[in-house]
Amino acid sequence: MKVLKINKDDWANGLKKLGESCRLLGPLKDGEFHNFKELGQGELPDFNFRNTRLSPKSIVYPQSEKMFDYTLDQNDPNHNILKEAEKDYSPQVVLGIRPCDAKALSLVKLNFDTPEYQDTYWLKRFESTTLVGLACHNPCSNCFCTSTGTGPFHPEALDMLLVEDNDQFLAQILTEKGEAIAKTAGWSTEAGSDAPAQITAMKEAAEGRMTSFISAENLKNKSAMEIYEDPYWEDVSFSCINCGTCTYLCPTCWCFDVQDETCGNCGIRMRNWDSCMYPLFSLHGSGHNPRGQKLQRVRQRFMHKLKYFLDKYDEGIQCVGCGRCVRYCPVNIDIRRVCELMNRSEACPVTI
Amino acid sequence: MQNPYLPYPVRISEIITETEDRNLKTFKYVFIDPEDEEKFDYQAGQFAELSIAGKGEIPIGIASSPVEKGFLKFTVNKVGLVSTHLHNMKVGDVMGIRGPLGNWYPWDIMEGKNVVIIGGGFAFTTLRSSIVYMLANRDRFKEIHVIYGARTPGMLLYVDELKEWEKRDDIHMHITVDATDDPDWKYNKGFVPTITDQKAPPGTDDTYAIICGPPIMIKFTQPVLEKLDYAHDHIIMSLENRMKCGIGICGHCNIGRHFVCKDGPVFTLNQLNNMPKEY
Ligand SMILES: Cc1cc2nc3c(=O)[nH]c(=O)nc-3n(C[C@H](O)[C@H](O)[C@H](O)COP(=O)(O)OP(=O)(O)OC[C@H]3O[C@@H](n4cnc5c(N)ncnc54)[C@H](O)[C@@H]3O)c2cc1C
Ligand code: SF4
Ligand code: SF4
Ligand code: FES
Repeated sequence: MKVLKINKDDWANGLKKLGESCRLLGPLKDGEFHNFKELGQGELPDFNFRNTRLSPKSIVYPQSEKMFDYTLDQNDPNHNILKEAEKDYSPQVVLGIRPCDAKALSLVKLNFDTPEYQDTYWLKRFESTTLVGLACHNPCSNCFCTSTGTGPFHPEALDMLLVEDNDQFLAQILTEKGEAIAKTAGWSTEAGSDAPAQITAMKEAAEGRMTSFISAENLKNKSAMEIYEDPYWEDVSFSCINCGTCTYLCPTCWCFDVQDETCGNCGIRMRNWDSCMYPLFSLHGSGHNPRGQKLQRVRQRFMHKLKYFLDKYDEGIQCVGCGRCVRYCPVNIDIRRVCELMNRSEACPVTI
Repeated sequence: MQNPYLPYPVRISEIITETEDRNLKTFKYVFIDPEDEEKFDYQAGQFAELSIAGKGEIPIGIASSPVEKGFLKFTVNKVGLVSTHLHNMKVGDVMGIRGPLGNWYPWDIMEGKNVVIIGGGFAFTTLRSSIVYMLANRDRFKEIHVIYGARTPGMLLYVDELKEWEKRDDIHMHITVDATDDPDWKYNKGFVPTITDQKAPPGTDDTYAIICGPPIMIKFTQPVLEKLDYAHDHIIMSLENRMKCGIGICGHCNIGRHFVCKDGPVFTLNQLNNMPKEY
């Protein structure tokens, strides 16, 4: 695998060149936290962060997104007919996405890109995006990515992986897209032949710093209905306030609602992130609600992530272990503990 | 790549008020672009999203039958935002239809078999589609029974067609109402489960029941069918969960790992027994 060496000057100059042909996005300090934002001219991403508070999923899948335009003006021959909204799918490069968040995009892709239907909005933007990852040297105490099929240096879904090495980057080129942006940026200095070994050593050191793990090995073989009917859901859901924070922050949550918004005679159909933690999510027009109780909604979220997804695709669980929901749940509901309960092999779990 | 969220433009060609409470109307649509009609190739039991710019979309079972050409028909209950707006629209108005969506009744499996249709209230829409389809392909099925009930005679859908079917000898019609003081009422009186008990043929390997109706009707009909020896994989139902995309992407309608919009809406009782009761 090709590894390049990029020093500070090459980095700044390269981004300037890249910025001439595509949009650049990267983590920037936003109040107290870092978030992914479009970089201004000459602006550099700020890599002095562990991970962004919001996941970068909005780069491919905006929180609110226009789908169609329409006019209700009876004098317009096309009134009441939806027209494709104009969209900007010009190339964009995401700088400094963490490997877990990139892996999340490949999980979410299973939902948006199916044999029968392709979500054109998600796919076109995904295809126009180049992902430059940033390896984690210091995983957070509540990250558990190595238990979820990814890891602090995991290359999946990335086009290039940057590894910080003192005041330079070692850059692994992973795909043709990665190769292309390196060329445009003028990054061409190959790292020494010891670079791969060096990266492996840093990877092992980072993995050694992980403190949090989950076990999910029994989930595959247990029956979904058995887990569904387990007795701990009351206990798990008791303190949840259905705020939806967990689903909005999660890089692998993808549910959306569709709404029309009209102003005068003109309007748009748009989609907005939605959350299975809200009662409205499943409310029928008749007033009946199949998941009207909090217990049912909390169970839905964990069952979807840790069991339904696994059963549907056989591509692991729908969680990359980024730890966001653990860190920011206002009542400390912890997916690691729930996973442990679900994964237990004995029929009658003892309470913990 | 084709955008699966873009509806076909259609024009309302006819509106029929079906019931005495005026809450149910049947809308007949023609495609504005005739080529779209060819693309809209459907089977009895499927649904579509009716799309009204400025209001949104609602999933509605297709009431017309694949053997009827040149139009689509849907019967819509006035419930909330979109359905109420639709009820106020006029013949000639333009809107959209997206589909066909979901799976359908298992016509390949039911070929050469007895079919018992059990419907209640306004959930008779895709059942109408099915009856019209079976009558047009009559030699492909054995006995056909229809048990259909509503609260009162004035709440029955498709009354003219029901009367036509009553006259035929190749379909056993068992129309019923919960109650009526109409002295001319010459059909059954009683709830659907009771009439099912009295009129449905016994369950055999060669007999399939399709049930659509309000939850309460389904709840009380199921034990009757079990008593009549219907196996759970011979009892077929259609579910209605809240939907948005209709194509298995938005996440709204799931029951366990299944999406009602894409893996359903048609499931056998056997399948439902192994799924969470989230419908
Ligand atoms: C497969 C299927 C077939 C159906 N067939 C028929 C039919 O033939 N005739 C009929 O009258 N009704 C049918 N329904 C129910 C119909 O979809 C709802 O009554 C309708 O969506 C209510 O929308 P509203 O905007 O009027 O109500 P509101 O309460 O304002 O609903 C707002 C939105 O929520 C969603 N929604 C609300 N209730 C339901 C629901 N029960 N199912 C799905 N989405 C819902 C819709 O997106 C709707 O636009 C069917 C539902 C499904 C899933
Ligand atoms: S963040 Fe915590 S309290 Fe809020 S919905 Fe999620 S689990 Fe419930
Ligand atoms: S479920 Fe929690 S830990 Fe897992 S990916 Fe989502 S936010 Fe991260
Ligand atoms: S309606 Fe969107 S997944 Fe079924």
